[in-house]
Amino acid sequence: MHPVRKRRLIGVIVIVVGVGIAAAITMWSLSQNMLYFITPSDVQAQELPPGRAFRLGGLVEDGSVSRADDGLQVTFTITDGAAMVPVRFDGILPDLFREGQGVITRGALGADGVFTATEVLAKHDENYMPPEVAEALREAGHPMGGTADEGDGSD
Amino acid sequence: MIAEIGQVALLSALLVSLFMGIVPLLGARGRHAGMMMTAGTGAWVHFILVLLAYVLLTSAFLLQDFSVEYVARNSNSQLPVHYRFTAVWGAHEGSLLLWQLILAGWTLAVAGFSRSLPAEFRATVLAVLGWVSVGFLLFILYTSNPFGRILPPPVDGRDLNPLLQDPGMIIHPPMLYMGYVGFAVPFAFAVAALLRGEVTRQWVRWTRPWTHVAWAFLTLGLALGSWWAYYELGWGGWWFWDPVENAAFMPWLVGTALIHSQAVTEKTGAFRNWTLLLAIAAFSLSLLGTFLVRSGVLTSVHAFASDPTRGLFILAYLVVVVGGSLTLFSFRAPKMMMGSGFAGVSRESLLLVNNLVLAVICAMVLLGTLYPLLVDAMGAGKISVGPPYFALLFALLLVPLVMALPLGVFARFKRDRLGRLLTQMRWPLAAALIAGALTAWWLPEPGLAPVAGVAGAAWLMAASLAWPLKRLRGRGQQAGFTLQETAMTLAHFGLGIFLVGISLANVTSAEKHVRMAPGDRFELGGYTFEFAGTRSLQGPNYSADEGEFAVSRDGEHVTRLRPQKRRYLRESQVMTEAAIDPGLGRDLYVSLGEPLGDDGAWAVSLYIKPFVRWVWLGSLFMFAGGLLAASDRRYRKSTVNGAAA
Repeated sequence: MHPVRKRRLIGVIVIVVGVGIAAAITMWSLSQNMLYFITPSDVQAQELPPGRAFRLGGLVEDGSVSRADDGLQVTFTITDGAAMVPVRFDGILPDLFREGQGVITRGALGADGVFTATEVLAKHDENYMPPEVAEALREAGHPMGGTADEGDGSD
Repeated sequence: MIAEIGQVALLSALLVSLFMGIVPLLGARGRHAGMMMTAGTGAWVHFILVLLAYVLLTSAFLLQDFSVEYVARNSNSQLPVHYRFTAVWGAHEGSLLLWQLILAGWTLAVAGFSRSLPAEFRATVLAVLGWVSVGFLLFILYTSNPFGRILPPPVDGRDLNPLLQDPGMIIHPPMLYMGYVGFAVPFAFAVAALLRGEVTRQWVRWTRPWTHVAWAFLTLGLALGSWWAYYELGWGGWWFWDPVENAAFMPWLVGTALIHSQAVTEKTGAFRNWTLLLAIAAFSLSLLGTFLVRSGVLTSVHAFASDPTRGLFILAYLVVVVGGSLTLFSFRAPKMMMGSGFAGVSRESLLLVNNLVLAVICAMVLLGTLYPLLVDAMGAGKISVGPPYFALLFALLLVPLVMALPLGVFARFKRDRLGRLLTQMRWPLAAALIAGALTAWWLPEPGLAPVAGVAGAAWLMAASLAWPLKRLRGRGQQAGFTLQETAMTLAHFGLGIFLVGISLANVTSAEKHVRMAPGDRFELGGYTFEFAGTRSLQGPNYSADEGEFAVSRDGEHVTRLRPQKRRYLRESQVMTEAAIDPGLGRDLYVSLGEPLGDDGAWAVSLYIKPFVRWVWLGSLFMFAGGLLAASDRRYRKSTVNGAAA
């Protein structure tokens, strides 16, 4: 083979193999880090394996937030109007966390049916409802679900 | 009246940009000098009209005209005056107006600095920028008019989002937009070159300084955003792989690749089509970023309220821009002459590694950001992609990038010998090994990532310093050191500093969330934090609890930290203001959670963040490098000549 063509061929092979490896690692890593968004109704409807990480979203049930006397452990209930899931969290809650507000939590269900959250997200705009939560509420027929463009801040 | 005049100004700006998009183009086609000349005038008029609209909106904020809906939603009578200026870009409509103002500014700069360019080419570039403006002005007027009235006007406005009532927010969005929008210029140059069917090395020389400036500002904007999130969100993180951050990071990655491929194209003529493609991609990704942020399709801390029509409009705009320019590219690019060849070991091949890796990183980020949308669109459930996906892949892909970088700096164009190259690398290699060993010895739990990261940083920094030394010692053709090379050295050295920061900041940081009553002490990472209790405090438009923490180390006083918990009066929003003692070696960071019980106890977050400043310091070096590269004499000369001509 002509040396120039051979060199080009080697170059192309190196690039293809390199990009191929990168693509394979990317796909693998993507599958490892996919978190499903699950509503309280889904939790009730399906048998979810304990310990599997996912995101749970809905409204914080009124009157459900209670704090341990010592330390920072807090428990509350997330609801979509049709079902409820108790949540345990050890840490500092975001500023906009409050009862009746939409939140998304990340964590896993324990064997006791309590969701242990490692992260609690509330949004930085008070009138902003995470789209997933809004849709979950809509599906469960909750009045706060509203329409798709709910919460553009112009009340 | 103010709002109505503003609206008229925007409408007139739309007409002017339409004119700019059509007349100079016809002039370039028919070689009609007069018609081509109108492009420069158009750029002036367009800029003045958009500036007028912007000034009018600002004055509506200053005069507290709450009959303007946008003002009523984002300001109130207690808002301090300096935040009334920045409230203009505090939400969707106004930030788009700022975007348009910056685009008008860039267009004017192109008109002013490109007089030395061939008249047909200049007219075509300005016409393309005119079309970009048409799209954005239509978007503003059709979906996001900042001058809409509200009747009857409310007595007082709501408030500017408290998160944005902060000095960091004054400069972050304008800098970021300077970068985002700045990529419209290389885009316009690329489209103009395709339209005219000629990509010369001269063309690349014209484009380079614009790309450098846009890239520099995007770098600064990203760094400022990261810094702002770090101190303002109150949980000590500085990069979250949030979709909106990714949206701004992707144009940066492609922009970085573009800078490097332009260097090759200017020098040898290779990578010509690739350079064109990257210029198109950088601006398209800026638009994609806008779409992701503005359409509300993604859940993000940055997400503004969603509005489907806005999303649809930007999506359509994106399709026109990407589809149109790629079609043009596919028709015209094959006709253009290919560049010269190069050997397996050469600066070209190493810069090809740079470009490939950056493109793969960008593809990886794009996939992780859009994948949830795809899955949702197919009705397969709602998912999100966790930060570990991005962090792991980014770290892995940095390895070839960092390894190849010094080789690329030292390698010769066209052909080089591996042996010669490697002998030049002995000092950087020694520095890397020593730095890696020291890190492994110093870290309590040395992991592969931080050790390799610091070694890589030392490799970069040593090589960055070795290059100017070699040049200064050299004789004849080798001697001398251009501004361009100083800029490159600065930016690469900055990447090294940045790498130290990202390698060490996370693994060595310590954090603790604890309940603390007045008088309580807590020890973290060798520092003792003593809580003295809180006191009440009144701000201009908020009331706050301010905690006081005395920090000491080995019995010696280090600093006093006063974090606040603010309650903004108007909307009773609660905000955490962290207290930070910054340092090159470490940051001490305290933020208040919430009050617990009646004994004055609070939930408190304590952090020690070593080396976190290096992340932003490195970015500042890169910013300086980008600006310096743009001010190289070789570029200035052409403008001086142009002015004389």
